[in-house]
Amino acid sequence: MKRPSSLLQTRSIFAMLAVMVMISSSSAAPPAPTDVVAEDLPADGGGAAIVTWTIPTGVQGLEGFQVWRTEVVSETTSRVANERGTALLAIQNQAYQNEYQRLVGVEGVAPEDASMQARAVARQAVIDQQGSVTPTETGPHGRFWVLVDTVSAETSRLQVGKLSPSDEYQFMVYTVAKTADGGVAKSEASAETGMVLPAASGIDVKRLPLFFILLLLCGSVLFFIRWARSGRPITIRKIAGLAAVDEAVGRATEMGRPILYIPGIQDMDDLQTVAGITVLGRVAKTAAEYDARIEVPTSRSLVMSAARETVHSSYLAAGRTDAYNPDLIYYVTDEQFGYTAYASGLIVREKPAACFYMGCFFAESLILAETGNSVGAIQIAGTAMPSQLPFFVAACDYTLIGEEFFAASAYLSGEPDQLGSLKGQDMGKIIVGAVLIIGCLMATVAVATGSESLMHAVDWFKDSVLSA
Amino acid sequence: MKRIVPLWITAIVGLVLIVSNFLPGTRSWGEEATTWFGIIAAVAFVLGGGSLLKVHLKKISDRNTGWGYSMIVLGTFTATLAVGLFKIGVSPNPSFPDVPWSGDVQGQGTPFWWVYEYVFKPLTATMFAMLAFYIASAAFRAFRAKNFEAMLLLGTAFIILLGRTFAGYFMTSWIPIDGPFSGLRLEELSVYIMQVFNTAGNRAIIIGIALGIAGTSLKILMGLDRSYLGGGD
Repeated sequence: MKRPSSLLQTRSIFAMLAVMVMISSSSAAPPAPTDVVAEDLPADGGGAAIVTWTIPTGVQGLEGFQVWRTEVVSETTSRVANERGTALLAIQNQAYQNEYQRLVGVEGVAPEDASMQARAVARQAVIDQQGSVTPTETGPHGRFWVLVDTVSAETSRLQVGKLSPSDEYQFMVYTVAKTADGGVAKSEASAETGMVLPAASGIDVKRLPLFFILLLLCGSVLFFIRWARSGRPITIRKIAGLAAVDEAVGRATEMGRPILYIPGIQDMDDLQTVAGITVLGRVAKTAAEYDARIEVPTSRSLVMSAARETVHSSYLAAGRTDAYNPDLIYYVTDEQFGYTAYASGLIVREKPAACFYMGCFFAESLILAETGNSVGAIQIAGTAMPSQLPFFVAACDYTLIGEEFFAASAYLSGEPDQLGSLKGQDMGKIIVGAVLIIGCLMATVAVATGSESLMHAVDWFKDSVLSA
Repeated sequence: MKRIVPLWITAIVGLVLIVSNFLPGTRSWGEEATTWFGIIAAVAFVLGGGSLLKVHLKKISDRNTGWGYSMIVLGTFTATLAVGLFKIGVSPNPSFPDVPWSGDVQGQGTPFWWVYEYVFKPLTATMFAMLAFYIASAAFRAFRAKNFEAMLLLGTAFIILLGRTFAGYFMTSWIPIDGPFSGLRLEELSVYIMQVFNTAGNRAIIIGIALGIAGTSLKILMGLDRSYLGGGD
């Protein structure tokens, strides 16, 4: 007995429907995370929050989660201004093109005149239509959102940084899963969290280790300053670069050529410049005593003022105020290579007998030092820029390397207070050495034994002490 | 008084900067202090500009050697200042077309942009390019094998130079890359030297510098080091 064809048709329709339901369920959006909560990160410097959520169960091909935050007012303002500017620029360009083509093509106006007239029309078009350009679209929950991060499928907690401590934020999370056809599906947005203000706490716990290290270092410096004041002898090794100052100035005097002093290319807020000005005081005093001419071109106005004051004091101390010429300490330019070009030209023209490079230098270090070398000047350099030290070592007669440069003030003055502080720095080196050895041992043992607690300790050390 | 006031200002601002680093609630104090430095530096620029004018005008008036260059300096200085300050040739911002000075002075096509793009940048690039020749002459002097240390330096430099070029790869490509001696390939050796010896030496210098900065800062804060003010008393 044959089945009626209508029944067969009905059955096949049901079968097709069942398949379609199965397909649609396999490619449907995954469920959104639930229990999404955001809290301010406690005991921090502000600008961080923690977002947690519950991972939905039974999601096939779960890839991870996207965490989004609301835009703050400044971001919205900036975005709206950008969108508005782009839209108005498009209006202006379109109006210009239309008018220009009409004038040239239809009315036969000369291109120069057409351009001028079209520009005026375009400008008027912008004025007329500027009120009509407003951004309208928003994201989920009626707000604009910014993607913070995408995290793995096992993660249900994210620490969000780089937030503004004075703005309130809301967060939402999406589930991201692979579909049966290999694509990626995103869930509906989760419920948004409550408002969170990532405010700063009273103390930033992450920086406490650094604070204690600083206390220890300052304590040792103060201790040795007191030690030195009590009259106990403190010896300091000879620093060849500083000992050669007299020789360099003497050579300039004998040859009747000037001394060139370059205090780096940074401003007075850089400690290297301060150290450079310190050495300048000593060099200027020797130059005043020997009656040598010292020229100080600077690349910052404040450095010029400080250098003038220092050199003036040095001439005063040497009893040669009459020989002091403030015009020899002058400002050139803030621009790195403009300054370099001037200083190089000066070296070639004036052929100074001694060149001092004391301060913060970048790529210009070798250009200056090699030019000085080519005119046969005796050269003494000092910097705390590790990348420039090899250049100075290669091209100069003496180089103050890093800490020697900062020790110059104490070395040159010979005062017990300052020498004591140098001894305190040595204690700092012992502390750093001890920390280095302990850290290396801990990391080695952690890797060798696979101990998780030691690994955690090493991670804490790296995150808290070294990165603070 | 001339010494005491700057010392107090230095000490107070220094302490504020330290405190603001550790107490988040006072972070804005540190930012405030930094802003004040910017203001003072901007005021000091007037001094710098005055000094520049004085030096070059004097050179021109005395007809010193190279006084023509001083004229070029003053001419370009004045022209650039005028173009930037008065926004010469700058069209109004499309968002505010009826506000005369609303345009971006550094926007593409403006005279200030043109000066930067076609005068300043090529001159800067020229100066920077000269560095290559200076490196060659300095390297020639530094790598002369005068003693054992210089020979070590020379050998290391050769390994690094070769290891970073195809020549180095070509010379030791016969060493199997997955064999026990792969570390002897020049490109591997150069990476090893940079990552281990160079980094270790660099870090030692950086630690010394950090301690030097901390010690010097403390001396300046406490007024023990007054040399930057021009002397002891």
